[in-house]
Amino acid sequence: MSEFTYLFRGRNTSGSPEEMQKHLEKWVAWFKELGAKGHIKEQGHPLDGTGKVVKGNGKTVSDGPYAEAKDVIGGYMVIEAKDLAHAAEISKGCPILEVGGSVEVRPIQKLNM
Amino acid sequence: MEPSDHLFRRESGRMVAALTRIFGIHNLALAEDVVQEAFCRALEVWQLRGVPENPSAWLMATAKNAALDTLRRQRTARTFAPDLGQMLQSEWTLAPVVAELFAPNAIKDDLLRMMFSCCLPRLPEETQVALVLHILCGFSVSEIASAFVSTEASIEKRITRAKKVLARSKKLFDIASDTEFSARLPVVHRALYLLFNEGYHGASADTAVHAGLCREAMRLTAILLEHSLAKTPTTYALAALMCFDAARLPARVDESGNLNSLFEQDRSQWDQELIAEGLMFLELSATGSEPTEYHIEAAIACIHARAQRPQDTDWPSIVSLYDRLMTIHPSPVVALNRAIAVAQNEGPERGLEEIRAIPDIERLATYPFYSAALGELELKSGRNEAASQHFRAALELARNPTERRFLEERAAACAKTTGLVEY
Repeated sequence: MSEFTYLFRGRNTSGSPEEMQKHLEKWVAWFKELGAKGHIKEQGHPLDGTGKVVKGNGKTVSDGPYAEAKDVIGGYMVIEAKDLAHAAEISKGCPILEVGGSVEVRPIQKLNM
Repeated sequence: MEPSDHLFRRESGRMVAALTRIFGIHNLALAEDVVQEAFCRALEVWQLRGVPENPSAWLMATAKNAALDTLRRQRTARTFAPDLGQMLQSEWTLAPVVAELFAPNAIKDDLLRMMFSCCLPRLPEETQVALVLHILCGFSVSEIASAFVSTEASIEKRITRAKKVLARSKKLFDIASDTEFSARLPVVHRALYLLFNEGYHGASADTAVHAGLCREAMRLTAILLEHSLAKTPTTYALAALMCFDAARLPARVDESGNLNSLFEQDRSQWDQELIAEGLMFLELSATGSEPTEYHIEAAIACIHARAQRPQDTDWPSIVSLYDRLMTIHPSPVVALNRAIAVAQNEGPERGLEEIRAIPDIERLATYPFYSAALGELELKSGRNEAASQHFRAALELARNPTERRFLEERAAACAKTTGLVEY
C-alpha cells in the first residue's frame, strides 16, 4: 500500500439549501465508503479561502492565492491505495466532481532506507 | 453524524430572519448572501471533517460572525436596522448587541417578525405564500415552481417583485404593537392555510412535495402557537385542521402512487398521534368569540378523523357545519363539498340537485373534482353513461399523472357496472 494526497479544488457556491445539503450528504456517504474500505490514512483538513503568499529573496508578502475559484485548493486528505491508478480510480467517487471541481491525486514520496 | 432532513432549508429561514432583523429589511439581499456564504463554509468544513454535534448551532454561529464582519466592514457605507443604529456603530456595543440578537428567544421572534412581514396585505395571497416558502422555508425559486406546478420564470418574477415591495416597506413588521399584530394575524392565518392546502390538494404529482408543504405550514403554525399574542382560538383551530388533514396523508396515496378517496382509504394508516393532537388543539380553539371558517373546517375534519369506517361518518352534522361555513365563508368549492355531504345523507339525486343550485358554479369549470363529483353521483344513481362522460371531462382537467390514473379508474368503473360490457 502507498500513500497519496488528494487535493480538492473548487467550491460549491450555488444551489438551494436543500441542494447543498444533498451535496453534503454525498460527501458523508463517500467518506463512509472510503473509511469502510480502509482507504483513509489522514482525514485531512479544509483550507480557508484567504491566505498570504511569501515569495523570493525579497520575502515579499502578498495576499493570495487569489486563483480562480475553481482552482483554489479547498482542502486535502491522505489516502492509502495500491498504486497511483488505484488512487485515481477511488477519487472518481468524490462529489466535488459533480459541481465542477477537481481532485488532484499526488503520490507521497517516502524516504526508503 | 448525518444532518437531519431539511436541516439547511430550516436553518436558512432562521438565519435570514435573524440577519434581516440586524441589517434591516432593505438589506434582505445582503442577509441572503451572508446565509449562502455560511452554507458554503459549512459544506467546505463538514465535507472533510464531518457534520458537527450541533449543526444548527454551528451554522448560527457562522452567521453571527459573518454578521459582525459585515457590520464592521460596511457600517460607513450602509445603513442597517434603523432602530439599532447607534448600537451597531460603536465597537463597545456591537458584539454584545449582536450576541443578544442571536439568542434563541430573539430568533424565535425574528421568525415571527419575518412571517408577518411576508404576509403583506398589499401583496396577492399566492405571492405571500411563495414569499413565506422562499424566505422562511428556504425553498429556491425552482423548488417553489415545481411544487406549484408553475414556471420558474413566473415564480421568479413574483418573488423578485415581492422582495422589492418588502425592501421598500422600510422596516420589518412590529410584533410588539398589539393592534397591528391582531390586524395582521388573519392575513398570516390565511397564508398558512393556503400553504397547507397547496400541500394537501396541490397539483404536484410528487407525494413528498405534498407532505413537505404540509409540514412547513404546520411548523410555521407551531411558531405562532409559541407566541402569546399569536396563540388565539383561531390559530388553535387552524392547527387542529392541519393535524386532522395531515393525519390522513399516509393513506391518501397507496404504494403504487394511486390516489385513494376518503371512502377507500385504509383508515388504520391514519396517524392517530396527529388526530390526538388535533383534538387537543380543537378543544383549545373552543374559547372566545365567534367561530371562524378554520373552526368549522376543523370540526368537519374531526368528524371524518373519528369515523372508524366510512359508514360511521356523521353526515347530518357535516351538512350543518357546511351550512354554517356557507354563511361565514361562501365559495363554490364549499358549496360543492356541502352538496357531496348532502348526497351521503339524503342520496345522490339530492346531491345533484344541490350542485345544480350552486349560483356561481361556472367558477368550478376548471376544477377536475367538480366533474368528478358529478360523475360519482350519476354513477350512484345508476346513470353510468352520464357518469362516464363526467369522469372523462374531469380527466381532461387532471393536473398530474396521479389524478389522471384516479379518474381513469373511476371512468372504467362506470363501464364495469353497466352490464353493457361485451363478452
